[in-house]
Amino acid sequence: MANIQEKIAKLFPEASFEEADTLTITIPDAKWHDLAKTLRDDAELAFDYLVTIVGMDWKDSLGCIYYLDSTKHNTHIAVKVIATGDRETPYIHSISDLYAIGCIYEREVYDFFGIIFIGNPDMRRLFLSIDWKGFPLRKDYDMDPNINPVPLESERQSDFTQMYVEDADGKIVKEEKRVFVENDFVVNIGPQHPATHGVLRFRTAVDGETIKKIDVYMGYIHRGVEKICEMDTYFQTLHFMDRLDYFSAHPYHHCLCMCIEKAANIEVPRRAQVIRVIMDELSRIASHCLFIGTFCMDLGATTMLFYTLRVREQILDIMDKTCGARMTFNYETIGGVIADLDPDFVKDVKALLEVLPKNIKEYNKLFTGNVITRNRMEGVGVLSREDAISWAITGPSGRGSGWACDIRKTAPYAVYDEVEFDEVVRTEGDSMARFKVRMDEMEQSARIIAQLIDKIPEGDIQAKVPKVLRLPEGRWYQTVEGCRGAFGIYIESDGGTSPYRLKIAPPCLPLAAVVDHLTEGSKIADLITIGGSLDYIVPDMDR
Amino acid sequence: MQDFSELTAFIHSLLMQFLPHWAAVTVECVIIAVCLLLAYSLLALFYIWFERKVCAAFQCRLGPNRVGPWGLLQSVADMFKILIKELISLKYTDKFLFALAPYLVILASMLGFAVLPWGNGLQIIDFNIGIFFLIACSSIGVLGILLAGWSSNNKFTLIGALRSGAQMVSYELSVGLSILTMVAFAGSMSIGDIVNAQANGWFIFTGHVPAVIAFVIYLIAGTAETNRGPFDLPEAESELTAGYHTEYSGIHFGFFYLAEYLNLFIVAGVAALMFFGGWMPFHINGWDGFNHVMDYIPSVVWFIGKAIALSFIIIWFKWTFPRLRIDQLLALEWKYLLPINLVNLVLMVCCIVYGWHF
Repeated sequence: MANIQEKIAKLFPEASFEEADTLTITIPDAKWHDLAKTLRDDAELAFDYLVTIVGMDWKDSLGCIYYLDSTKHNTHIAVKVIATGDRETPYIHSISDLYAIGCIYEREVYDFFGIIFIGNPDMRRLFLSIDWKGFPLRKDYDMDPNINPVPLESERQSDFTQMYVEDADGKIVKEEKRVFVENDFVVNIGPQHPATHGVLRFRTAVDGETIKKIDVYMGYIHRGVEKICEMDTYFQTLHFMDRLDYFSAHPYHHCLCMCIEKAANIEVPRRAQVIRVIMDELSRIASHCLFIGTFCMDLGATTMLFYTLRVREQILDIMDKTCGARMTFNYETIGGVIADLDPDFVKDVKALLEVLPKNIKEYNKLFTGNVITRNRMEGVGVLSREDAISWAITGPSGRGSGWACDIRKTAPYAVYDEVEFDEVVRTEGDSMARFKVRMDEMEQSARIIAQLIDKIPEGDIQAKVPKVLRLPEGRWYQTVEGCRGAFGIYIESDGGTSPYRLKIAPPCLPLAAVVDHLTEGSKIADLITIGGSLDYIVPDMDR
Repeated sequence: MQDFSELTAFIHSLLMQFLPHWAAVTVECVIIAVCLLLAYSLLALFYIWFERKVCAAFQCRLGPNRVGPWGLLQSVADMFKILIKELISLKYTDKFLFALAPYLVILASMLGFAVLPWGNGLQIIDFNIGIFFLIACSSIGVLGILLAGWSSNNKFTLIGALRSGAQMVSYELSVGLSILTMVAFAGSMSIGDIVNAQANGWFIFTGHVPAVIAFVIYLIAGTAETNRGPFDLPEAESELTAGYHTEYSGIHFGFFYLAEYLNLFIVAGVAALMFFGGWMPFHINGWDGFNHVMDYIPSVVWFIGKAIALSFIIIWFKWTFPRLRIDQLLALEWKYLLPINLVNLVLMVCCIVYGWHF
């Protein structure tokens, strides 16, 4: 860390440093693009993975905090950039030319904070409708429902997008350009469509059966979780984590709890740690089972769905007994877990571990080796390792492209450093690799559970936590390995009982963003294969 | 073996006693039409129930089990529901073609029924180009699907229709060629002759290797002809919502739905006719007792039983395999099935000329 600081201080004397949770560099906007380029391209720094962009409103100024990781050195860094210009039109230079995922992240910040990114080729709103008034995550946003009434007619839609560029005099000019080429045959896939796994919309320009371009529209289930969290106490914020990735809620809960615990310096009892890990891994198996089922169904093999749901059902029953719910558990809480394990828990989990290998074998026999399956999946939607990093494709999808990005290995949390398991990495990068990674991960998850299930220590399930929790002033960032990729929580506190800003960095947003890149030139049927193999889930990206 | 032509001849002579010739023929036509429609709807209802039960068994479920014994009346209830549903008319569609399309589709499958050999002497019309007529009129169905896709004014249906056009036109070649192989073997296109030629052994056994190859190709191409999985691209649910019939409702949708199942029956029926002896019972040379017992089973049961057994295989395909992609589908036909088929035809001709068959 120290030499990163020295190096940057030498190159950019304007930069100031702050040693917080992560090393934070503050840099004026004018130098930001140069710094980003250095951070990415310098071999010693090699910050090639843009984790997230946190938009911020500090009341007197607007700005962004960029979280960057180096996949080579496994180092983390945060960069704080304050927007120039007035509150009406704040500007920051775009880094979408350096990080492919930057474009979507910047659109998100623009949508919520109104910060305009100079040089971003697509400065439209991302989640909110095109005519939305105001920027909701600003602290002075007016929530009066009369300003943005529920629309009773179809919303306006535009074929144009804006781009802001600096001309020779340094003046910022707005340019309009078309999203599609004129007279393209544009098919509207979604928001209500069997294969989009929720309400996601792809406007797809096709030439016959061949896809030319896809424009992703999100936000159909945008609920403003981040905004609601700012008005809630820390305990209340927990509930929303169930409603993001509702197929595997445990890791998300785990993440928010860890972030708050880190900030409040709470020591979690070991029993709770182990229970959390077991729950995370059970979630992972359930989630991957569902992935396999729905993915096969998308490809037309409906029968597989029932075979995979059988295992998932068994897991949901285990969850039901202990957590009291099948999908929205609300089980992890700050300082531990909310209730002790069911007396049958160990027995049920062991029964599951017994049937799982047989089932996985059956899935492979039924589906993986099938010649039609292989034709549909092999070589379809190939994502290279460089692209995966640039598009921030984490989780099983990233590992299918040869990027070892498992947070359980790169930054072990809870008791993951005490258990033995392999990180499943494949190098093909196609849909088949993404599918097989998940298949193998189920086995690894079972291995983790098998190591822990007999060794759940006795003791408390919860640490003593004050009823009214106040976090000290500061900011924290925590990531966990969700079932679909790296899930991050950023909390900034002003010392009050509710977060000043709570940013959720979901794994599915990049997964949906990359669809256009992967599908270009392939067939309509490949869109379904690629979308299915990426396994995004819409409430997670929309929040 | 009971000959149904005695029954039909009896009805004919009975009518002739009371009516002039033209009236007798008219009455007979009406009776045939009623029987045909009845058979058509009953078979469709059975098939819907059958497929749901089979698919449920594959998927570790029970399937329909609430309406009637073993859920037998479920498909009757479903059909009733479809009948009373509203026909939603859409703006900006070609109203005439939109309404015409489902009738064309159902017409094609009904015409196919006319020449199927239901039993010994139980065939509506047996003319010298029977099998050719069947292939010809089943092609009308494509027209209906294309019209449905085009007139709906919807991009999904249009893509579905285009896929369907490409698929049906391609696979008709394979169906036609594999049937041609067997026609060459039988030496006749008349359905009665084809069935009678199999009195001493079904073609699948007597036709040597080329007959088996022709059967496999026919089964694959026939599955594709009926737009069923793994070749259900025109209505690929996860891609095109419902393909060419997305915009249809009520009984218009019901027609597409029925036609799909009846086409399944026709494809299986033709397979039974060309390879498994139509209504001919299963005979083994020399086993007279056995053959005698087999003869006691009515010919109608033989034919329908064979057709259902063969459609079970096609249903099995659907609930096992994932769907192909359009380019893979066309590659399969043009690069593999068609050349194999042509070679197979030559092989069959050699078999016939040199008398290699059994």
